[in-house]
Amino acid sequence: MHAFDYVRAKDLSGAITSGSRPAAKFVAGGTNLIDLMKSEVERPAHLVDINGLGLAAVERVPGGIRIGALARMNDVALHPLVQQGFPAISQALLASASPQLRNMASIGGNLMQRTRCTYFRELTFAPCNKRDPGSGCAAMEGENRTHAVLGTSSSCIATHPSDLAVVLAALDAVITLHGRDGERKVMATDFHLLPGSTPHVEHALRHGEVITAVFVPDAAHASHSSYLKVRDRSEFEFALASAAVGLELSGGTIRSARVALGGVGTKPWRSREAERALIGKSPATATFRDAAEAALTGAIPHEQNRFKIELAKRTLVRSLTDLAGGAA
Amino acid sequence: MTLPPCYTNPEPDDESPADPSRRSFVIGSAAATAAALISPILGAAPATAETPPKSDPNAVAVVLDVNGKRHELRLDPRTTLLDALREHLDLTGTKKGCDQGACGACTVLVDGKRINSCLTLAVMNSGKAITTIEGLASNGRLNPVQAAFIRNDGFQCGYCTSGQICSAVALLREGHTHSDDEIREWMSGNICRCGAYPGIVAAIREAANARV
Repeated sequence: MHAFDYVRAKDLSGAITSGSRPAAKFVAGGTNLIDLMKSEVERPAHLVDINGLGLAAVERVPGGIRIGALARMNDVALHPLVQQGFPAISQALLASASPQLRNMASIGGNLMQRTRCTYFRELTFAPCNKRDPGSGCAAMEGENRTHAVLGTSSSCIATHPSDLAVVLAALDAVITLHGRDGERKVMATDFHLLPGSTPHVEHALRHGEVITAVFVPDAAHASHSSYLKVRDRSEFEFALASAAVGLELSGGTIRSARVALGGVGTKPWRSREAERALIGKSPATATFRDAAEAALTGAIPHEQNRFKIELAKRTLVRSLTDLAGGAA
Repeated sequence: MTLPPCYTNPEPDDESPADPSRRSFVIGSAAATAAALISPILGAAPATAETPPKSDPNAVAVVLDVNGKRHELRLDPRTTLLDALREHLDLTGTKKGCDQGACGACTVLVDGKRINSCLTLAVMNSGKAITTIEGLASNGRLNPVQAAFIRNDGFQCGYCTSGQICSAVALLREGHTHSDDEIREWMSGNICRCGAYPGIVAAIREAANARV
């Protein structure tokens, strides 16, 4: 691990000042950052501990809930406001990591976690455009079974690993950021960026800015939502494919729908195409299959991950079927 | 409950044990072997015990409250909580397995919550109440989870066991023990390479049932 100086921020303005220095990084739970510091993928010169800032409340606010960025994953997953109004958030968090990691990891840190592409973590021989811009991508012709089929570019095919971020993209969440210029808000769908030719630029957060909260609006499709995660083992594993879905059903018709996919995209993958295929229809397998085909249109496989296209479609059909009451 | 004859209750924490521990014996033996191999080749002076530098300019003050005992340390900020426990406080019951949060061997309780001590810095835990496997027994009596692991054969080689037990102690408080499946799910952060899972689940089920 490279040497750094450690600063414990006492308040938000102090955190922003400390975190605005070159090569400064914020640490909350540390579960991803400290791991990457050990492997020297991350080499901050200043480590700014923001755990003293509070920002851990889950509370009802007009029009929705506000989740503090320093709330821990387990605490949010088991919070009654989340379980009742936003079950997909609770399910996605409980499907993530392990109980120990969920006790440590914060909501803001979850959104900021880096890809699990093995080449990203391999400093000794593998090129990686995300870690070392312009060096190339070893995954293109290498081990790419777990990589993305949506949103890829010729520079990068790494998936975004967060389960929570998939649900936040589906449910129109808004992320609050604080920096030297004050507060600003970014839609969850705009927070993570496509790799394009700059895969090292992963999110809308500016250097020195702190994620302070996540707002999730109330909606019928939010309280009737679910998260289905398909993976190589049943616990403590990243998604091969996942689906966050929300449906508002009345009179045998889908009034509103929210769909986002995980494990297959270079960013949490909101599919408005799938939503358009659902709205106004009756919940039936053929409709769900149409939505799945729409969601995966344009998917580009690589040598080992072609299976993900069909897997993602079936994951979406199953999650919609289960949410609509099973007998679609 | 009858303990196996090989088992002795943990000794009170002693900062300077009179007898060399198994660990220092192993390290000493390894160093001696290395010295024996290297010295004839290099013709160098015999290896001496490595002494850490007295004053590290990067060191920061860290207060670790471990098992009810306060320790004032000066540590390189890179020191993980796991390394602080093992290398600086000689509390080697907490194990280093993967050192990347994937195995759970390093599980300890911080302010009552189970965490992976390999993925947090010691300085981030300054002032918090830390409980390790060494702190679970009280007044010479095993924690009921420890006793249940012995009764149910909840281990084979034992390397993951301190993490399994710390995790299980927290699990019982959390209450995710309504079924064997729920126990398995909420113990998924602790890997046992020997595959002692049936005994681990049985031990936790027994300890959970004894609480109600």
